[in-house]
Amino acid sequence: MHSVVLTKGVPDFREGQVSFDEDGHLERGATPTVMNPNDEYALQAALQTKVKQGGTVSVMSMGPPGYESVLEEAMSVYADDLYLLSDREMAAADTWSTSITLSAGIEQIAEADQSGEPDLIFAGFKTADGETGQTGPQTCWCLDRPIVTHVIALDVDEDEEKIRAKRLVEGDVDEIETVEAPLPAFVVTDPEFDPSYRRAEHRLRHKQLKAETEERVEEYEDHLTSWSAEELDLDPDFIGLDGSPTIVSGVDPIPKAPSEREATMVTPGDEDGMEQVLDEMRPLAGGD
Amino acid sequence: MTDEYEHYEAVVVGAGPGGAAAAAVLARNDVETLVLERGVEAGSKNVTGGLIYAEESAPYTVDGLFPEFRSEATERPVTDYYLHNVAGEKVKTFDITDLHEHDTEWSDAVLRRKMDSWMADRVHEMANETGGGLLTDVRVNGLLREGGEIAGVTCDELDPIRADLVIAADGVNSELARDAGLMDWEDPEEWFQGVKAVVDVPPEVIDERFGVGDEEGEAHLFSGDLFEDVRGGGFVYTNEDSLSIGSVFHLDSIVEQEAEPHQLLDNLLTHPLMADWLEGHYDEVEYSAKLVPDSKKAAHPAPHQGRLLVVGDAAGQMQAQGPIIKGMNHAVSAGALAGEAFAEAKLRGDPDKAGELYEQKLRNEGIMGKLRPKGYQVARALGEHDAVTEMADSLLTSSVGRLGVKVAGGLLEDLYSSPHLSQIVPDTQTPYVTLPTVIAEELGDRVTGEADYEPKDLVTRIGDLTYDTDVGNPHIELRDNSVEASGAAVYACPVSAEGFGGGCYREETVKTNGSEEKRISLDTQPCVECGTCAVVADTDWEHPRGGKGVEYKEG
Repeated sequence: MHSVVLTKGVPDFREGQVSFDEDGHLERGATPTVMNPNDEYALQAALQTKVKQGGTVSVMSMGPPGYESVLEEAMSVYADDLYLLSDREMAAADTWSTSITLSAGIEQIAEADQSGEPDLIFAGFKTADGETGQTGPQTCWCLDRPIVTHVIALDVDEDEEKIRAKRLVEGDVDEIETVEAPLPAFVVTDPEFDPSYRRAEHRLRHKQLKAETEERVEEYEDHLTSWSAEELDLDPDFIGLDGSPTIVSGVDPIPKAPSEREATMVTPGDEDGMEQVLDEMRPLAGGD
Repeated sequence: MTDEYEHYEAVVVGAGPGGAAAAAVLARNDVETLVLERGVEAGSKNVTGGLIYAEESAPYTVDGLFPEFRSEATERPVTDYYLHNVAGEKVKTFDITDLHEHDTEWSDAVLRRKMDSWMADRVHEMANETGGGLLTDVRVNGLLREGGEIAGVTCDELDPIRADLVIAADGVNSELARDAGLMDWEDPEEWFQGVKAVVDVPPEVIDERFGVGDEEGEAHLFSGDLFEDVRGGGFVYTNEDSLSIGSVFHLDSIVEQEAEPHQLLDNLLTHPLMADWLEGHYDEVEYSAKLVPDSKKAAHPAPHQGRLLVVGDAAGQMQAQGPIIKGMNHAVSAGALAGEAFAEAKLRGDPDKAGELYEQKLRNEGIMGKLRPKGYQVARALGEHDAVTEMADSLLTSSVGRLGVKVAGGLLEDLYSSPHLSQIVPDTQTPYVTLPTVIAEELGDRVTGEADYEPKDLVTRIGDLTYDTDVGNPHIELRDNSVEASGAAVYACPVSAEGFGGGCYREETVKTNGSEEKRISLDTQPCVECGTCAVVADTDWEHPRGGKGVEYKEG
């Protein structure tokens, strides 16, 4: 079983890491880049597949050479090898040209690996910066595969060459359906994804893989392949800014919440004070 | 996608010294072995006083099974051993190093997180070679039975697992031993309860204050009147860069005296002797508690049933006789013998005979004799009567008795160092409280240290512990919340206290239809899983799921 996990580097939006200027614009230079948090679930799903079915897991990202650290982070969750699609020509891509680039990368892996087409491709649900949720499904469209989204639990049946997945209907935990799809397939994991290891043999294998991973992360660069647009044989007109049909007409900062609220301060030291408090509260209590 | 249950030749439940020894011997004999540990790491659920011994007469020692054990997993060796008889500020100290060294190859202080997690890594490597390994975060919750016979284990986190051998090394609150009906939680007289504070002290300060070199260490025991009238004693052991300070009491005595274990520990922490050692360095980093079986009464003489073999605390194999306190070494021997028994039985083509063989080995190797000494059974019949205790106590405290103690002087020290006498000391007030108090009053010197610190209160002690609480899924249920049935838990629980609302157990006044009633309520959030309430209150007691609940960093 060969899986490919797509990941993206995003600004670290956690408190204490992210930095905004006075106008509320993100200061990219002062904010570290990390692996998109939702991609952790995609990696967990791929790891579960590897634990239960064996095989390999490749992680792929498109971005500047600095994204190597993002891939290192991805490898620490789990990966056998890493692929970075990196080229000036790919810069400023929207979700459409990103999808074209990624799908070319996946096809290249299939050729380079000689293991044929990857059986499963995993993507996380939305990136923390773009929030579009488009890249995964569009990449799948380029590759012409069946797709299952909002996946929270996954079983692979190699004999029957299919997957069985539990997914949230319309992203809601109140409604869960079980679907099947033939392999090869494309899976978008939901943040509710929960890997399941109910057999000791799987947990032992998981433990072993985690130990191997720790060693591999130390020398992740040895497992990293970078491909340029030329190496992927991509038409410059379909990638990067030139290949992006999306036009951003403008950006409005999110208005700040008012820092002060209308409030009346009452210090109820005695009965009169309490009376005043009750007077203030009465209109809020409904009724009159 | 297979629906078949997994099968391992051997499943070992618990990765303490008993489980580790069992797994090591099984793996050595090429038995496919799976070890299941419920903590996030081996040792994270464990507490010891604690000294570990390697006995000359034992069939196995921990360093025999795990080379490097002493250099990697232990603290300081015990090079001197003292017993302090305390009466107020008067202390008479006996050097009992001879007793300590009797049958002792070596003895080191240990902290369980460090010790068990080190062993667990070795165990995993060994078991992995056999096709198994060690898993943490898995709670075995019962026995898998097929056709009425034990066929394996059931777990919270895993599907049932079949096995030809199940070793229950799941500690003092063994759910497997209880599932099999081998052990119960009924009688407080069969148990001790220990509480401990680990206090960080710089190594050079330990060296200086105890007058030891960096490869040396000390053990100190305390008895007398510093624990009011509760039967038990205190201890101080030197670790590399901390001290283990604790107290252990008979659980029935705690219940009888309505004593608060954490306060008794505070009595020890603030005693003048301790004040001298801790001055300027009272940095308590962990409070912990543990139920301790009294092997004289609780050790199961035939700890097996079908394919289930029970080892260590789970089988009550904890020897606490006077100043002799040995548990982990017996767990190691028992675990290894259980593994050996299975390997032999398998070789003979009859693996189901493992239990009988294990029982024989426990007897033939002298372990059962140490755990349940014959002398004690005789002495108990004579000595553990209230009338005898009263007579002995009044004789000792009388002028004649006092004179005797004075005259006896050095002889008493020798008597205290007799391993034979230690085994037959009756569980009464006399040896724990009356005699040491009289000894201190008649022979002791005044100590003058004064504590320049306040022991941490219970709120802080609980607050300093690490918990991963299984919110909404309490692991203990109170079956009877009347004061009569469960009231003792309010004071006996080491993380509860009378008038303290932040612990597990508290007494509440409930008003119903104009009448008032006192009831006991339970909040399992601060629970340290010691099991005390399972004995003293009416509960449905289980461990939390794997990886949940309290996590000790020191142990």
